[in-house]
Amino acid sequence: MPRNKEIKKVLVIGSGPIVIGQAAEFDYAGTQACRSLKEEGVEVVLINSNPATIMTDKEIADKVYIEPLTPSFVRKVIRKEQPDSVLPTLGGQAALNIAMELEESGFLKRHNVKLIGTTSLTIKKAEDRLEFKNTMEKIHEPIAASIVVNNTEDAVAFANEIGYPVVIRPAYTLGGSGGGIADNEQELVDICANGLRLSRVGQCLIERCIAGWKEIEYEVMRDGNGNCITVCNMENLDPVGVHTGDSIVVAPSQTLADKEYQMLRSSALNIITELEITGGCNVQFALHPETFEYCVIEVNPRVSRSSALASKATGYPIAKVAAKIALGYTLDEIKNAITGKTYASFEPALDYCVVKIPRLPFDKFIQASRKLTTQMKATGEVMSICTNFEGGLMKAIRSLEQHVDSLDTGEFTELTKEEILNQLEVVDDRRIYVIAEAIRKGIANETIHEITKIDEWFIDKIQILVEMEQRLKNEELTVELLKEAKRLEFPDSVIARMSKKTEEQVKEMRYANDIIAAYKIVDTCAAEFEAHTPYYYSCFGSFNEVEEISNNKKILVLGSGPIRIGQGIEFDYCSVHSVWALKKAGYETIIVNNNPETVSTDFDIADKLYFEPLTAEDVESIVRMEKPDGAVVQFGGQTAIKLTQALMEMGVPILGTSAENVDAAEDRELFDAILEQCEIPRPSGHTVFTVDEALKAANELGYPVLVRPSYVLGGQGMHIAHSDKEVKEYIEIINVHTQEHPILVDKYLMGKEVEVDAVCDGSDILIPGIMEHIERAGVHSGDSISVYPTQSLKQCVLETIEEYTRRLAKALHVIGLINIQFIVYNDEVYVIEVNPRSSRTVPFISKVTGVPIVDLATEVILGKKITELGYSYGVHKRADFIAVKMPVFSFEKIRGADINLGPEMKSTGECLGVGKTFNEALHKAFVGSGIKGPINKKVILTVKDSDKEEIIEIGKRFKQLGYDIFATRGTSRVLNANGVLAFPINRIDEESPTLMDLLLDHRIDMVVNTPEKDGKVGDGFLIRRVAIETGVTCLTSLDTAKAALTSLETADHADISIINLAEVK
Amino acid sequence: MRAFLILEDGHVFTGESIGSSREIISEIVFNTSMTGYLEVLTDPSYAGQAVTMTYPLIGNYGICFEDMESKKAWPDGFIVRELSRLASNFRNEADIDSFLKEQDIPGIKGVDTRALTKVLREKGTMNGMITTKEYADLTEVTDKIKSYKVTGVVAKTTCKEKISYKPGEFGTDADVDCGLHVALLDVGSKNNIIRCLLKRGCTVTVYPAFSKAEEILAEKPDGIMVSNGPGDPSECVEVIAEMKKLYESGTPIFAICLGHQLMALATGAKTEKMKYGHRGANHPVKDVRTNRVYISSQNHGYVVKEDSLNPEIAKTAFVNVNDGTVEGLEYTKQPVFTVQFHPEACSGPKDSEFLFDEFVKMMEVSE
Repeated sequence: MPRNKEIKKVLVIGSGPIVIGQAAEFDYAGTQACRSLKEEGVEVVLINSNPATIMTDKEIADKVYIEPLTPSFVRKVIRKEQPDSVLPTLGGQAALNIAMELEESGFLKRHNVKLIGTTSLTIKKAEDRLEFKNTMEKIHEPIAASIVVNNTEDAVAFANEIGYPVVIRPAYTLGGSGGGIADNEQELVDICANGLRLSRVGQCLIERCIAGWKEIEYEVMRDGNGNCITVCNMENLDPVGVHTGDSIVVAPSQTLADKEYQMLRSSALNIITELEITGGCNVQFALHPETFEYCVIEVNPRVSRSSALASKATGYPIAKVAAKIALGYTLDEIKNAITGKTYASFEPALDYCVVKIPRLPFDKFIQASRKLTTQMKATGEVMSICTNFEGGLMKAIRSLEQHVDSLDTGEFTELTKEEILNQLEVVDDRRIYVIAEAIRKGIANETIHEITKIDEWFIDKIQILVEMEQRLKNEELTVELLKEAKRLEFPDSVIARMSKKTEEQVKEMRYANDIIAAYKIVDTCAAEFEAHTPYYYSCFGSFNEVEEISNNKKILVLGSGPIRIGQGIEFDYCSVHSVWALKKAGYETIIVNNNPETVSTDFDIADKLYFEPLTAEDVESIVRMEKPDGAVVQFGGQTAIKLTQALMEMGVPILGTSAENVDAAEDRELFDAILEQCEIPRPSGHTVFTVDEALKAANELGYPVLVRPSYVLGGQGMHIAHSDKEVKEYIEIINVHTQEHPILVDKYLMGKEVEVDAVCDGSDILIPGIMEHIERAGVHSGDSISVYPTQSLKQCVLETIEEYTRRLAKALHVIGLINIQFIVYNDEVYVIEVNPRSSRTVPFISKVTGVPIVDLATEVILGKKITELGYSYGVHKRADFIAVKMPVFSFEKIRGADINLGPEMKSTGECLGVGKTFNEALHKAFVGSGIKGPINKKVILTVKDSDKEEIIEIGKRFKQLGYDIFATRGTSRVLNANGVLAFPINRIDEESPTLMDLLLDHRIDMVVNTPEKDGKVGDGFLIRRVAIETGVTCLTSLDTAKAALTSLETADHADISIINLAEVK
Repeated sequence: MRAFLILEDGHVFTGESIGSSREIISEIVFNTSMTGYLEVLTDPSYAGQAVTMTYPLIGNYGICFEDMESKKAWPDGFIVRELSRLASNFRNEADIDSFLKEQDIPGIKGVDTRALTKVLREKGTMNGMITTKEYADLTEVTDKIKSYKVTGVVAKTTCKEKISYKPGEFGTDADVDCGLHVALLDVGSKNNIIRCLLKRGCTVTVYPAFSKAEEILAEKPDGIMVSNGPGDPSECVEVIAEMKKLYESGTPIFAICLGHQLMALATGAKTEKMKYGHRGANHPVKDVRTNRVYISSQNHGYVVKEDSLNPEIAKTAFVNVNDGTVEGLEYTKQPVFTVQFHPEACSGPKDSEFLFDEFVKMMEVSE
């Protein structure tokens, strides 16, 4: 079937802010699909509220609307742009839900807009629990005994019938949000009530618990002619019970014989056919480990996190093919871009093993429960490729960048055998390390399997790794042993540590004996056909396949690794743009990264892609092979920056700002000297290593003080300390991992935070825009609402900021990007942080100012002057509109995490509101971040004493909007005394009805709670958690609350415009 | 023990001996299936060849004897990257190394199978030797290796005597009975062809490859099935002559793989050797009548030459989407259809198993 020529203009719906369960994979899919549509001459209109995405670039789509992803805003875009079709299958659950609403309301029909890529019937059959169940029954595909309930009573009755434990899955939610496993009635009632509230349609599925079965996934494609293929299957190391997003996953399946493999494959094809999906689809199965019995767990009728993983694991571009299918092509008409010879209608054959490990955020949420359940908690993931599973696992572990480079973490060494046996029962992110320790302690693999239900094949592989550790520790390091250790991907550092040698000695021994990494191609076909795409992975003991592809100078671009809080998709945006700019300038580009969810690891972004861990050794192997002419590190976040020194030692010139100057910005003493030389004030402070030094510094400065390690990500380990006790506490936390760099103790100033990204060409700077934060200093910049252009700063302050930026950029000899954070306190400007690299705000500012910051920075790095690139020095002209960047959190996914904002970053993503006025932009930002408008018009206010004064004004504004105010005793007393009617309400430990009852009653729209003290568990903590878990908006800063009020006040003045950012120049 | 794979062009791959340690010379081919190594090992079509598995981790789920596609393993040798030391599957009965030993098949592990595959892809299928002996001078053996020819393999693999099966056997359901009787000409048949017929309620009589057409036709079967099998089809002169008679009888015929090639030869078309063949479980074939694409299991090194077809006798029904080669023929004058791929799968996808239903329909219509 050739392409449907009636499709000329397509609206693509993105997935919105990054939250747990909906991350960068949709930017990857959306970008690939948009490019694929444009390739066919289709005009692409895009809506996505997430500014850090590549898909919202004007190079990717023809019209770009960074607007809230709500039915109302999508309707506005459709009315304005009048597309003929909407493609909703690339934006995850968020986009599907919106499409469903527009279709069901008849809006699409009235505007002559077709849904392409899927139908509402398909979405319904796959997503609606009851319809899904009926559909599966119709085609005789087994599902676990289950019932769809609208209330907890029915859930309990059903559970009594089939027995506990049961699984609860709310309908239409992200990443299994609100779901869980209940072992008894109390748990069932709790989880179910919460799930009903979180579900868009108030439905939950209660099902037979099949925990412990093998979890297997298939990625399937189908075209309009009914042709179906499976792209690949994947097996979870963690049996059913852990969300696949939190599981260690291997592709292809390892423990399935052809009979099981084909049985499930046929089932997946059967399902996609019955659902009449045109495009990609993911089917998850539970397979009984001892029989052929299986159940279909879930079907996602769209591209997903798993499909991104499958694409990267196989080289099959699922999103691209799905987009072509949506245009009417059949699989046998779409060329396989990797081979250029075969077509999309084949199934990839792998000749390697892929291992994915989730990146969990427990390093950020120390108090949170690490337990892994059916509700996803991972913020990102890493993937590795190797010719054996053991090597894949070892590579993936070190790709996580969690201070772990082998299975021997030492964390469980002290535990007794008995304690290890108990620890094995715990299903959390450390389970593989516990298994390794169990093997070391002589616990039988069979026993480990009995407890964990993990297939013995995987346990045996872990044992092989443990045996190698023992050999390295106990035997002479012979060439043979070294070869075998490298085949299993033991890094030199681990071999050195275990065999009591230095890393240098190990490396020398390797080179002397020619034990070096070889690179193999991911070609979709196990070498059956010639591939033209240089997509490589390393392994030891093999022939190398790397070829020279051009005579151009080569530049190495380091990616940013897994998505984690503090280092998100924005760095991938920067890496990709840098690659594009380098290519445009005539260089051969080589990218190294290990994140399967991102655009940068798509096979056609750089000239060569190395899917590898980002460690010095792994990068060195690539450098030895490729001999690049230079490396760019300033776009890959801390991951890339950390490798600067190592690259220099390898003799690779660092392009742009030099390593010494990066150090100068981080090294406190050097930096102080530079500030002094530039005559720029900064809050006074000291560098310390020990608790005693810290206490001395804090007392000298006077409390409160800011304590943080240098070289940090997203304020990790950063705290505001008010007392000696707190200083002690925080220093101890920071020193859990040995610090190579000192700890900083600074005076804390409660002023206005201002942020600047600038490009410096060595002579002068260009500031595309200056941003101002809504929250006062103390809240991490990534968690603050950020406004462009600044609203409250005087011209003279802005001029000072420009001048300080210029001085700093020059003093640090910045070539490329620099990000500076200032505090404005009584109209005085202080510098608090300088990062001579790209930052989180670069994509956002690029989009709203129209200045292609990364492209300019890349050109500058290559030697161009800003003025040669068509821009002038100084601050770029202010935009005609206002943009508000809003942080988005995933607190509901992380049980036990405290949500109060502070210097440590906690948000997982961001969205943007763009408006003609500040209020309009702010309103859109709030709507886009998912904060609901008035429903019950009831708010709880409970603030610490020092905030009582400020709460009066806030109370008044809520009253004016018609809200009922409930407040704890102290807060209500202040409000009532000042003429704001507030109902006093008991604290949690008092008599019912208490605050908690109000929340659990589901009649509260919002809670404003300012924590008494940083990071303390108490009443406030409970209130905040309960609010989050019952889906109530909870704000912990009065500044945010005021902004939220402004948003609510603006909502009444409808007629909100939408802005096409592709037109911004 | 160290082992070597020596190719006729002088390439040497070093690994470790698995299975039997005897020395063999064979034609080296590669298979890209990620599962189903036992089905591959017991597929008679591999007689005369040594198989390289491109998937690097082999033996993970051990040996489940019920998955064997014939009574024994047929390849001369087995080449893998890594053999799992633990076999883990609820049906696992033995590990692959002892299976190979028991079957007296030599193998080699630790080979960079991707590098080997690339050699075969670029230079075409070639002969090789698996040995544990270290030859100081390769010229000693390369001539011997070069001179090897796959021959007489159909005679080796076919059953010795006629044998009948009825529904209920081979793990099928005894209550399904369509009353049709199929004669299966065994030129190296896989069990699942028989199973696919039994499953549909047919009774099946398996005939040795060198049976006379008259003998088969005398039983008045409702349909004739010609199986897959090994080797160069044009070598099977006697079988081709009998197939011509079967064709002319007007009895519905369905043929697979070697059977498909033999039928083409019997009706005047030609076959040729492919550069490196199709062996794997991921080959797309397109039904040119409906434009539907099916993923198929394949194992063949020869192919029917498209330009040798007489459209008055047979038309192309299926083509390979990757390289456009003939994958199936529909005969115009007789109720005969044949496919190059394996609708019986095992290993591989079952997407085209419906062709057996079509065969049953064809037999019903012709009744």
